[in-house]
Amino acid sequence: MTITEAPPAAPATPPEPPVRKASTRKRLVPYWLLLPGILWLLVFFALPMVYQASTSVQTGSLEKGFQVTWHFATYWDALQEYYPQFVRSLLYAGTATILCLLLGYPLAYLIAFKAGRWRNLLLVLVIAPFFTSFLIRTLAWKTILADGGTVVGILDSLHVLDVTSWLGWTEGNRVLATPMAVVCGLTYNFLPFMILPLYTSLERIDGRLHEAAGDLYARPLTTFRKVTFPLSMPGVVSGTLLTFIPASGDYVNAELLGSTDTKMVGSVIQTQFLRVLDYPTAAALSFILMAIVLLMVTFYIRRAGTEDLV
Amino acid sequence: MTETASTSRGGGDVRLSGISKTYGSFHAVKPLDLTVPQGSFFALLGASGCGKTTTLRMIAGLEEPTTGTVFLGDKDVTGLPPYKRPVNTVFQSYALFPHLDIYENVAFGLRRRGIKSVRGQVGEMLDLVQLGDFAKRKPHQLSGGQQQRVAVARALINHPQVLLLDEPLGALDLKLRRQMQLELKRIQTEVGITFIHVTHDQEEAMTMADTVAVMNGGLVEQLGSPADLYENPETTFVANFLGTSNLIEAEVAEIHGDEVVVTAGGAKLRLPAGRCSAPTASGGRLLVGIRPEKISLAHADDAGTIPDGRNRITGRIADSSFIGVSTQYVIDSPVCPEFEVYAQNIERDSRLAPGAEVVLHWNPAHSFGLDAAQDIDAGIETVDEEVS
Repeated sequence: MTITEAPPAAPATPPEPPVRKASTRKRLVPYWLLLPGILWLLVFFALPMVYQASTSVQTGSLEKGFQVTWHFATYWDALQEYYPQFVRSLLYAGTATILCLLLGYPLAYLIAFKAGRWRNLLLVLVIAPFFTSFLIRTLAWKTILADGGTVVGILDSLHVLDVTSWLGWTEGNRVLATPMAVVCGLTYNFLPFMILPLYTSLERIDGRLHEAAGDLYARPLTTFRKVTFPLSMPGVVSGTLLTFIPASGDYVNAELLGSTDTKMVGSVIQTQFLRVLDYPTAAALSFILMAIVLLMVTFYIRRAGTEDLV
Repeated sequence: MTETASTSRGGGDVRLSGISKTYGSFHAVKPLDLTVPQGSFFALLGASGCGKTTTLRMIAGLEEPTTGTVFLGDKDVTGLPPYKRPVNTVFQSYALFPHLDIYENVAFGLRRRGIKSVRGQVGEMLDLVQLGDFAKRKPHQLSGGQQQRVAVARALINHPQVLLLDEPLGALDLKLRRQMQLELKRIQTEVGITFIHVTHDQEEAMTMADTVAVMNGGLVEQLGSPADLYENPETTFVANFLGTSNLIEAEVAEIHGDEVVVTAGGAKLRLPAGRCSAPTASGGRLLVGIRPEKISLAHADDAGTIPDGRNRITGRIADSSFIGVSTQYVIDSPVCPEFEVYAQNIERDSRLAPGAEVVLHWNPAHSFGLDAAQDIDAGIETVDEEVS
């Protein structure tokens, strides 16, 4: 900030003016570095948001054109009409997040602590699905869960489907076009987003802490509960956020694997934008979803209290 | 020397019997018998890779011995996991739980054993290590020395039968290390628990421990009190690793009762037979050792003033360095190429400068004799490695 902070200039030159010039330039460096990112955010995030916000308070039709009329009632109408889809979205995304955590934690733990020289290979395998398109992979699940397919056959013969149908997750001997199919698709698609942050935070834990806990009379399970898990909380929080947020806005899984009864809010927005061409409603729905997710995330981060874990 | 081990009451001794550890084809610890008497401050001293830490970890239960048995008192604990052993460890770099505050770190062991009211004990323990005001801080808010004390408190609060310290002072700077050495010694005297301390720093081991076991290549070279090890090294490794020794290759000329006379480079030297750890016979070879601070230095012109009955060697000063409390000379002598002499700075003789011809002389009783079949430089390079 001041002259004293600048590194001493060459001793031969008169000290005052060149030093000051250097320090001004130095002060500007962070802003220059920020510039590309800021521009990017402005063009691709801030401007569309403003545009969308204005769309959400417009009225009119495609033929006559839309005008900003500050018609906030669109929000209320949209929420009233589509609240089941909102609830469903949050429910599916929440379930998928919990499943991802349950599936991903043991795997991340294994990679971080037990994999030895297989560690890098396993990590590549975790990311490997990304080499294929999201759409293709979801379509593949359509085949996997197809009626009369092997998976459904096995689940049926094990009477798993009886239980899930009783719970309302599947219908009869079908898995496709049921809530379970959508949740399976979401879980599958977002699992790597859970595993990677979990792995990163587990891998950072000093192995000696496990030894220290064992030395201080903690059994392996207690060590996990009192040391490993609390220390992996940053990974749990970022993993659940990275899973829950995109999952709650996702529409591909609901479209491809679900039915009209399993529509999520993402598919509603997509339909409103691209088929019904009711832009104000679609924009309003987007903002409502954003607000809900933002509120939930804020509450969650407050509760998790990860800021003192660093 | 092992007899020092049997002076205890015997009930809570740590006894290692034929214990060894092998990783693949590497023998980290070769079959080892060791008894650490209850209530003693015991140091395992050696260069890195000598097996001292592995030995400690086998006592803690963090490493399973390939062969042998670990006894705590009369109880065989070899197969017990760490959390079932009445032993606690102060880890190298402390391994404090970063997500818990100091209070909870110290209370950890008590809570795991289901003790509900920990407040009094934790407070007492934090006072013992003088950290009473830091209870609510997180480990990363403490300095290295404070973290080290928390690690000690966290282990000691459990009143273990044995406290294991794995290079506990390695991460501290020199001044703090001196301070903590005295601190740990004070704590040990106060609580009276057996301390087993692993270190590569010979000064640290000698300052703190009652008994030191010098380890080399997975074996205990010699065991004894610091003074005993220093004055009567039995191997070249111990002679060189603990402080500095001048080792002279000599030939046994004659034996008069309990005095051995040897010849080396034309000089006749005498030493007590009782201080020869190798069998002596006329004509046999022997390494004669003498510590640098036991030697007096006289200018060649004053050779006549040297009293009779002392061992004498002539040489030329190759180098001298003044280090305040003493002056260290390196003497070039036909008997031994780099003879080291530490002279107290009481009366400095200005003639004793590099190039001066000198006579080295010492009391024959201060010499010791070692088996000449050993590597004369054992223990020297390993020390340098550790420093760099």
